[in-house]
Amino acid sequence: MSGELLLELFSEEIPARMQAKAEGDLARLVGDALAAAGLEFTEMRTFATPRRLTLVIEGLPQASPDVSEERKGPRVGAPDKAVEGFLKSAGLSSIDQAEIQSDKKGEFYVARIERQGRATSDVIAEAIPQIVRDFPWPKSMRWGSGKLRWVRPLHSILCLFDGKVVTFEIDGIESGDETRGHRFMAPEPFKVKDFADYEKRLRKAKVILDSGERRDIILNGATKLAESQGLALVDDAGLVAENAGLTEWPVPLLGQFDASFLEVPPEVLTSTMKAHQKCFSVRTPGKEGLGELANRFVLVANLEAKDGGKAITAGNERVIAARLSDAKFFFDQDRQVPLEDRTRELQKVVFHEKLGTQYDRIQRIRVLAREIAPMVDAEADEAERAAMLCKSDLTSEMVGEFPELQGVMGRYYALDQEEHPNVADAIGAHYKPVGAGDDVPTEPTAIAVALADKLDMLVGFWAIDEKPSGSKDPFALRRAALGVIRIVLENGIKLSLMKALEFQAGQTVETFKEIARRRKETNAVGEALSNWGGQKVRKNNLDLLDFFADRLKVYLRDQGARHDLIDAVFSLGGQDDLLMIVRRVEALGKFLQTEDGANLLAGTKRASNILRIEEKKDGKTFDGVPDPTLFEKEEENVLEAKLTEVEQAARAAIENEDFEAAMTALAQLRAPVDAFFDNVTVNADDRKLRENRLKLLNRIRAATLTVADFSRIEG
Amino acid sequence: MTASHPAKTSAPSPKTSFQDLILTLETYWAGKGCVILQPYDMEMGAGTFHPATTLRSLGPKPWKAAYVQPCRRPKDGRYGENPNRLQHYYQFQVILKPSPADLQDLYLKSLEAIGIDPLNHDIRFVEDDWESPTLGAWGLGWEVWCDGMEVSQFTYFQQVGGFDCEPVSGELTYGLERLAMYVQGVDNVYDLNFNGGEGDAKVAYGDVFLQAEQEYSRHNFEYADVARLFEHFKDAEAECQSLLQKGAHGEHHELVLPAYDQCIKASHIFNLLDARGVISVTERQGYILKVRDLAKACCAAWLKTEAGGAS
Repeated sequence: MSGELLLELFSEEIPARMQAKAEGDLARLVGDALAAAGLEFTEMRTFATPRRLTLVIEGLPQASPDVSEERKGPRVGAPDKAVEGFLKSAGLSSIDQAEIQSDKKGEFYVARIERQGRATSDVIAEAIPQIVRDFPWPKSMRWGSGKLRWVRPLHSILCLFDGKVVTFEIDGIESGDETRGHRFMAPEPFKVKDFADYEKRLRKAKVILDSGERRDIILNGATKLAESQGLALVDDAGLVAENAGLTEWPVPLLGQFDASFLEVPPEVLTSTMKAHQKCFSVRTPGKEGLGELANRFVLVANLEAKDGGKAITAGNERVIAARLSDAKFFFDQDRQVPLEDRTRELQKVVFHEKLGTQYDRIQRIRVLAREIAPMVDAEADEAERAAMLCKSDLTSEMVGEFPELQGVMGRYYALDQEEHPNVADAIGAHYKPVGAGDDVPTEPTAIAVALADKLDMLVGFWAIDEKPSGSKDPFALRRAALGVIRIVLENGIKLSLMKALEFQAGQTVETFKEIARRRKETNAVGEALSNWGGQKVRKNNLDLLDFFADRLKVYLRDQGARHDLIDAVFSLGGQDDLLMIVRRVEALGKFLQTEDGANLLAGTKRASNILRIEEKKDGKTFDGVPDPTLFEKEEENVLEAKLTEVEQAARAAIENEDFEAAMTALAQLRAPVDAFFDNVTVNADDRKLRENRLKLLNRIRAATLTVADFSRIEG
Repeated sequence: MTASHPAKTSAPSPKTSFQDLILTLETYWAGKGCVILQPYDMEMGAGTFHPATTLRSLGPKPWKAAYVQPCRRPKDGRYGENPNRLQHYYQFQVILKPSPADLQDLYLKSLEAIGIDPLNHDIRFVEDDWESPTLGAWGLGWEVWCDGMEVSQFTYFQQVGGFDCEPVSGELTYGLERLAMYVQGVDNVYDLNFNGGEGDAKVAYGDVFLQAEQEYSRHNFEYADVARLFEHFKDAEAECQSLLQKGAHGEHHELVLPAYDQCIKASHIFNLLDARGVISVTERQGYILKVRDLAKACCAAWLKTEAGGAS
């Protein structure tokens, strides 16, 4: 292939999690540099292994094209300053070098700038060192006595254009045509001719360049090993990718551990094997998820060992046995302490300096969960009990070791001490949804606690003015709000957010007082109360409600809802029931798809537009009641009568939260509105008539406002 | 003890003897130009605290050293009942300034020297960035795995005491007990063969340290006098500050090492108090900051000494 650029940056081990982004950054930066030089190409690919970052581009020209450009200058006879500036910008030394052209206005100078194309290899030699120096690693370092920064020490650079070395040097590292194979199996350097040769020789030297291929080898190999035992692999795409980023020559191996460890919960076994050794768990086939784990695991070595992997497997088995016995020890120890005691221990664990201990927080969650319980059909006592114990596992040894098992362990320990299964499940599920891909709790008790947990976080951090801003959201409050939204919507829960927020704000104030009492700081009480006194609470809650509105918009937009419809509903104001908002948006969308809906929208918009213009003209609004004695035309009478009827019907339907019925009622306006516009001149010469008709138009707008602000709707 | 000395073969044997593991590493790194130091004579939580690492990693002068350092982590005591956890254990520490280009190879050869064949064992460099809040130090590197077991910490120092490391030092830390358990094939640390002897001549790690683990666990968790420790912390802090002040003479400092000793002392006392469970979460941060301030001030003073590169 001609016009081929091959670049390899060979370094010490690049963290697995940074490799994919580095590939993308390299592609972008090199692509931009080539484009800036006017160099086009047909194909670009990038690769990453633990020790190398590679890029290959096909179809580059030998040189960038010559560029001829005309630059228009000042007119002949312009002030010296203007001429000087022109010479400078066009790179001319004297005005004699410029041509003179003329147009209708007269003669002016033109500089003809000829730029010769540059050899592609020169462009590359100039661009790459800059890209390496400025490479956007999430974390970079220096080494030895050098100044260069890279993710880990950079050892060599291979750079070939059409088989020839592109020569450059970066802090003492000279580009060349050499690379190295696998660290242990083929450590000697070797030369390569082009990309095909590079890939082939690397493979011979026990390096699989493509991370996708390494992932396939890992997944297929691990699956086969599990199946060879009549078992199945526990899927974990993240773990496959991580292992692909830790190996140049992945070799899956099967190991086992003592079956007695299977008494430990499967989540613990899986976390243990994954966190410390990046090993896959293996399960009985037919059971989804963790199902029933088997006492086997699959490790991924980076070596085809001389002994076939015996020593590696044995070593990993020993480490896993030690880890699992630690885990089992923790599990046994943890179960000896009642969760109530652990909850009390949380009095010593600070949640946030200004928001008190985890224990303080639990008290707030407990009361709120009780309050929410009847709204979600949960038993108040169960919700309160679950809330009381929901954070207790934070002081367990197991969660200390594996923070990702918070909640999960609490559930096991609750079951162990024979809590009601609803309580145990609520403890296990109350952090959910943890991410966009996670499911939401669906059991009433869990819903009550999960909502209380998240609302308390939000109210608390709003109270101390630690709101998310820009990309900063250290307490994951956006996620908490989205969690509330998803729980409410996916479970179809009616909840007045404002009431919940106000309730929790009241509790938070109590916490402030309590903290101040504990610290014996009387002035802190004053401060807290002045922050929270009267209006401030209201203002904070309104602000938080806006935050919810924003998150809901983002959520609905992601779901494909039209953002103008969302705006049309939100701009009504006073909307604090997420479920009702969404239902209204849905009903509105459906309505506008009907002919009646589309026409009514057009009519309403027409009315609004006329009103806007006339209101501006007269400097006043027309919100008074129209005077029927001034109706001249039958259409006016009909419209007025219909408006009264429809408005009442729509309001009644909204009261019943029957948005479709409200829309159906509105639909009846379509014909009279159309007829009105067809047969009545709004801007009549008679001032009184005109004003009366404008008042009628205003009533159309007002009637539609029972459902949504039609002026926000596009089209 | 009778006169039955362990049968000593000619070459050290890390696969059968804890002390031979140490000897082998010392011999190996001596061959690479390191000064082989003896342990620093103070209690510390990690080999990094040794002035041969903390202070010597600052300033422009080249430095190569290797040493064993006993590490005290009062909170990790388990009364001798946990096969993997100790409140006193050994680290083997190597510090090379500037970090040589072949540092990874040098390290891997040291593993070969103690009998780990890289063609039969899976040796991996797994991202692990190092940070010491008490020393105001950080670096990038890896934990090194052998068959899934973490056997060393490998770090390129970027900052110590809040100062940029120029040049950069490479630091290698081997967890000796863990490594020995691996090469000896032993699952309980107390079963390690310490001296390489067999039968009656064998001295196990437990023979040497089990009683100490039990006694120190009691001390760390139950008996260390809290009130006195708080006083000691204050004393060490005050003495460190006082020495730093008294030793400062314009652009030169002449009492850095004694001052730094007090910083090490304060750090260990803090660890003891922490083990006694008398430091609340909020206070904890405050104590860490106090020690860091001492460490930073010592590092700043070090840069005003000859070994720190001051003219």
